[in-house]
Amino acid sequence: MELIKRYRTFISLAVINALIVVLYPSIGQKSLKITWSNTLEMLSVIPPVFILLGLLDVWVERETMMKLIGDRSGFLGGTIAFFLGSAAAGPLYAAFPIAGVLLKKGSSFSNVLIFIGAWSTTKIPMLLFEASAIGWKFMLTRFIVNIPGIVLIAYLTAKLLTEKDKKLIYDNIRSKNK
Amino acid sequence: MFNIILFILTIVLLVISFIKSKEKTKMALKKAWKSFENILPQFLSIFILIGIMLSVLTPETISKLFGQQSGWLGMAVAAVIGSITLIPGFIAFPLAAALIKSGAGLMQIAVFVSTLMMVGIVTVPIEIKYFGKKTTILRNSMAFIFSFIVALIIGGVLGDGIN
Repeated sequence: MELIKRYRTFISLAVINALIVVLYPSIGQKSLKITWSNTLEMLSVIPPVFILLGLLDVWVERETMMKLIGDRSGFLGGTIAFFLGSAAAGPLYAAFPIAGVLLKKGSSFSNVLIFIGAWSTTKIPMLLFEASAIGWKFMLTRFIVNIPGIVLIAYLTAKLLTEKDKKLIYDNIRSKNK
Repeated sequence: MFNIILFILTIVLLVISFIKSKEKTKMALKKAWKSFENILPQFLSIFILIGIMLSVLTPETISKLFGQQSGWLGMAVAAVIGSITLIPGFIAFPLAAALIKSGAGLMQIAVFVSTLMMVGIVTVPIEIKYFGKKTTILRNSMAFIFSFIVALIIGGVLGDGIN
């Protein structure tokens, strides 16, 4: 019963998609194809990401992480967070579970947001791809503007959250990752 | 390519971990499975949603919506489409390049690319699960506004051509 409740959105969407297949076969089949290729993409990225997270959780001490990207890690911590995010591969949704573990391990809030920002838009493999598809000038301009943008968004978001907001998030992540 | 590196890295670390401690490795795998299963329903729902949306919105429709003459309206449309859809970069950049060739404006494409990468409406449920509503809304709306700033600067630096 609990299982059905958790998957109810998925089940109703699957029914809608089935209806589309029946009513508009060409659109329906195309959407099934896209869904399938996205699922395959997820399966090629997500399992190793979660296993790495499990290992990180078990092996890396909270103190180590705190020193690297914790509240008092300063400029260096921000830089580390930026490169962690930029070195990543995979879609943005893969970054959220990682960010959760980083928070749980004592990373500062703004550093986790820098990590998310870098992951979303300055991934190094993607930059090379962007340059080859659209051009170096386009990629470089976007990249240079993005660096201060990511930091600013991270800093402002962290600033606008109250201590209570942050505590809620930390508590929520801790309870989920037991 | 990167996925292969990721898999190899994971396997190597898993083996090292297993040699060092069976118990801890078991615990790590258990945690990995639990957090994966925890988020799986959201993933699956989102994929169906994307599939339906992308099959309705073809590249031709997209191109019509934000051509070079479309101006601010085109940028707004590009931003909305970029925020809602979730297209992997390996598809998005060639698509963007093709759109530029067939007459889409650089600034519109810049907004599209930026929002595509930084703003994720369909993944908001996942983001909220980890970060809560307030952070998610703040981050996404600031990234949305920021995408226009990026586009204006790209328009200023590059003018009308990509070279």
